[in-house]
Amino acid sequence: MALVDLANPSRFLKLADHVIPWLAGVTVLIAAFALARAMAAPDDYQQGATVKIMYLHVPSAWLGMLCWGLMSAAALGTLVWRHPLADVTAKAAAPLGAAFTLLCLVTGSLWGRPEWGTYWVWDARLTSELVLLLLYLAVIALWRTVEDPSRAARAVAVLTLVGAIDLPIIKFSVDWWNTLHQGASVFRLGGSTIYPTILMPLFFMTGAFTLLFVTLLLAAMRNEILRRRVRTLQLMQAKAAS
Amino acid sequence: METTAHIDFIAAAYAAAAIVIAVLILWVIIDYRAQRSKIAELEKQGFTRRSAERPPRQPNSVEQAKEQA
Repeated sequence: MALVDLANPSRFLKLADHVIPWLAGVTVLIAAFALARAMAAPDDYQQGATVKIMYLHVPSAWLGMLCWGLMSAAALGTLVWRHPLADVTAKAAAPLGAAFTLLCLVTGSLWGRPEWGTYWVWDARLTSELVLLLLYLAVIALWRTVEDPSRAARAVAVLTLVGAIDLPIIKFSVDWWNTLHQGASVFRLGGSTIYPTILMPLFFMTGAFTLLFVTLLLAAMRNEILRRRVRTLQLMQAKAAS
Repeated sequence: METTAHIDFIAAAYAAAAIVIAVLILWVIIDYRAQRSKIAELEKQGFTRRSAERPPRQPNSVEQAKEQA
């Protein structure tokens, strides 16, 4: 099957029906392994056991940003190529991105209280991450405001591309401003500052979270295609009744 | 630092993650069932998509038609 064939929603549905159960199974196995590695990881010499919150916080932050990046690519697909699955992808991804961004903020607060002495501080990293959550909520609200999905898709695509400016702000906020949040410690010039016995479980957890995200996204896209079919049939029903 | 220090914050973080992930999984499952049941109900009333009524197109049908012509 060529990649372009997936542009057909019917073919996508068939593929999703086959792939989702397998992907879900693999996700459960990888997640169980990653969680076991995270629980067995040693405590940090300064932070102690609270470093275990990192295994939730970092993958959530990564997915919150990845999801908006994916929505931005889908926005281009909607505006430039009018790809049939582009706005389906964008609509399905928004609640997932919002959930992982919320989880990033919650776990960050729970990590910050014992380490910084406060749940929240209005520094650049935390504030730009909160802005990302608000952008997700704005996109979800916009989808619900416009009834016609194709019209809503164009408005959402514009908002998504404008909101993409927040991604480099989140990434480089710790370099551009003086923040309470620590600087880059995983992917940086000169190598990671995290010891391998703590770093490897982080990679496994990030992999597990990413697999979970892909599985949920495919399932949510399938639901969105079905929802549009329901809408088409309901319009036929209304036309027949009038 | 002892492993048990700040255990309440660690437990709260993992509980929050479990809740968020459980809500997402339930959301996609419940939504899938709801959409499937709506489609089944509408199809029972005789409303089907036009593309669903047509027989599936063979991949080489155009070429075969040309050959037959």
